Amino acid sequence: MAESSHAFVRTAILPAQKPPLTEKGVIKWLRENLFSGWFNTILTLIGLWAIYSLIAAALPWWLNGVWNAGSLGECRAILAERAGPDASGACWAMVRDRWHQFMFGFYPQDQYWRPATAFGLLFAAIAPVLFSGQKGFQTCMLAGVAAFLAATFWLAQVPMLAVGLTTILMLVLLTLAQVRPAAVMWFTVIYPALAFFLLWGGSFWVPVAAMTGLLVLLVAYRLLLPRTGVGIAAGAGIGLALLWWAVLDAPVAAGLTWLAPIGLEPVASDRFGGFLLALTIGVTAISFSLPMGILLALGRQSDMVLIKTLSVGFIEFIRGVPLITLLFTASLLLQYFLPPNTNFDLILRVIILVTFFAAAYIAEVIRGGLAALPRGQYEAADALGLDYWSAQRLIIMPQALKIAIPGIVSTFIGLFKDTTLVAFVGLQDPLKGITQIVRADIAWKGIYWEPYIFVGAIFFVICFGMSRYSMYLEQKLKRDHR
Amino acid sequence: MKKSLFFGTLAAAGALAGFASADTLADIKARGELLCGTNTGLTGFAAPDANGVYQGFDVAVCKAIAAAVLGDATKVRYVPTTGETRFTALASGEVDLLVRNSTWTFSRDTDLKFDFVAVNYYDGQGFMVKKDLGVSSAKELDGATVCIQTGTTTELNLADFFKANNISYTPVTVADDSEAQRQYVAGACDAYTTDASGLAATRATLPDAENHIILPEIISKEPLGPVVRHGDNNWGDIVRWTFYALVAAEELGITSANVNEIGTSTVNPEIKRILGTEGDMGAMMGLDAEWAKRAIAANGNYGEIFAANIGESTPIGLARGLNAQWTQGGLMYAPPFR
Repeated sequence: MAESSHAFVRTAILPAQKPPLTEKGVIKWLRENLFSGWFNTILTLIGLWAIYSLIAAALPWWLNGVWNAGSLGECRAILAERAGPDASGACWAMVRDRWHQFMFGFYPQDQYWRPATAFGLLFAAIAPVLFSGQKGFQTCMLAGVAAFLAATFWLAQVPMLAVGLTTILMLVLLTLAQVRPAAVMWFTVIYPALAFFLLWGGSFWVPVAAMTGLLVLLVAYRLLLPRTGVGIAAGAGIGLALLWWAVLDAPVAAGLTWLAPIGLEPVASDRFGGFLLALTIGVTAISFSLPMGILLALGRQSDMVLIKTLSVGFIEFIRGVPLITLLFTASLLLQYFLPPNTNFDLILRVIILVTFFAAAYIAEVIRGGLAALPRGQYEAADALGLDYWSAQRLIIMPQALKIAIPGIVSTFIGLFKDTTLVAFVGLQDPLKGITQIVRADIAWKGIYWEPYIFVGAIFFVICFGMSRYSMYLEQKLKRDHR
Repeated sequence: MKKSLFFGTLAAAGALAGFASADTLADIKARGELLCGTNTGLTGFAAPDANGVYQGFDVAVCKAIAAAVLGDATKVRYVPTTGETRFTALASGEVDLLVRNSTWTFSRDTDLKFDFVAVNYYDGQGFMVKKDLGVSSAKELDGATVCIQTGTTTELNLADFFKANNISYTPVTVADDSEAQRQYVAGACDAYTTDASGLAATRATLPDAENHIILPEIISKEPLGPVVRHGDNNWGDIVRWTFYALVAAEELGITSANVNEIGTSTVNPEIKRILGTEGDMGAMMGLDAEWAKRAIAANGNYGEIFAANIGESTPIGLARGLNAQWTQGGLMYAPPFR
């Protein structure tokens, strides 16, 4: 061993020492994030005090909640007995007593299985849209729907025929999702008619005849497409479908009903309320406003003067008017323009105007996506020799829609929450309409926070779900070079 | 200006709709259903219960009319209307009549082209205060904070009352009754003012009702009653006289219990005429002879309806007051059935 000039050299490496107490774990995190200086320390203390006082004020109210009582007065009596005369507490007994009205409005109670089934099948219908090409997710979602429906059938009084048909439908869908996932999309196409039949009831043949119109459109389009262009084929198809709806639809439905009178007990629109109403309006408006918005956005960029003017006029007019005004138009003005004694359903009128409203906003969001695409993408599509619709379908829209996802989902979330505004035209929305009805009962008059919290929580779950899905979709479609 | 324009539009629309359906009775019979415009929910007057069945003082009028016209008190479709949509719904023919706590005023009766055919409840604006405020009259409320619903006639009445008595107040505006109740309980205002019937219902649901009093002053006249469109006087007559049949029934002692036999057992000719055992008054309005009998059988006479929905035996506990029979010092006075 060489002679060292140093007095002492350690030959063995010391075991690593633990970091000082102030530089590790919770204490380090606290020091760095909460107490890094006198100013931040004061802010932290103020924050802690605010949180403490909030919890101290609200916690007893949540913990003392009463679930079993017949009226607000009983709630108060139970509370006073349990927690002393001055204790505060929630009266959730109101939710227990009236939850069915918050969910279904005045829908006949023995028919609750119908909206519940329609709600379950909704997820089966949107599964192929939400998770296209992802077999695992689709199967999971379908299994969830099957479980939900099984629970519904177990809890509610459901006719055996409906149980049988739904079971067969779910088995077919689950098998298809394994064998040919793309074919599940066909269920999505017929779902609107099925949901209409389940919710409103009446003759089975009315939605069938209406869907036949779409079949007419499709057949005409397919037959004409090789001989003419997209425009003429689509135009002729739409024309024939309109002809079907205007002339043949009603007699065919009536004839089939006479031949085979099958159907469900009809339920009038004015029995709809609560979340049934909010979801009916919201889901319909969301699903129709997206295609309408895409067409409007394209129309606004079109070179054809008439189409461009109409699109711009529509978008700017609808966006320039508050939703409440449109709702009042739906409820009050339209009556005067229609022939006397026509009974044009109020919910239908509201759905149409809410759809228009959302479509105008979606159109502008998508126009933003279109504007963000580099010019080269359009030129590349032209260079490939694609016609207008192919270019839109294969190159432009997939990219523009991807860019616009956050905006589109924001619009949808806003739209869904805006459905509560229908309270102003006398419809029973969950937040104001049903709450007002519940409060008008002398047993629950004076209750304030509980209905708002209950309804707000359900809205939060739905909107948060939409928001998380949009984040998932953005991740999945990420193709940029970051 | 704005208001008259609004009224003008409504009136023009009402006139159009009036031409459109001049025979409401035939429409109702063809439809098999009475369309009754009602409140979206007002304690004691109109509100659906847990099973979605409408109950209340105003609802009883709808039921009586359906029983008189269609022979079945359940054949009513209740159309909930808000303060904004109620008159248009009536003018456009969306409802056959409106029984929705609407105050009979000059401009509504004339300019809007409506007819207030009767008054089923005489209401008026009052004040509720906490007992420990030590106030026994509304005139002592100088400098008080008052909870008041915005956009209502009560707001204007309040301003008038304080100005007329030369005292000051601070308004705390609230959107609806539930918010008012919350603010009042939380102590944000010393007094809460609205229609006396609403005050009674609110007081009944307070946790400490005995610590609150309703002051004796009633500062406005609010005659509430069923409304129909101009242009079909026969329909107006049917609504008016069905209601007065209920009032007369109370005066003459016809109740839901004895309505089936009193027509034959009585010697009073007016009772016989009302119940159709003598003469045929229903035919004069296009109804059958037993219309009033069915109307009374539906929910009982006026007094029974009052007692069952808002009377002193209910939690709301309203006294008859102005709504007592004229023989008892009230204003309920049915013209003679002759």
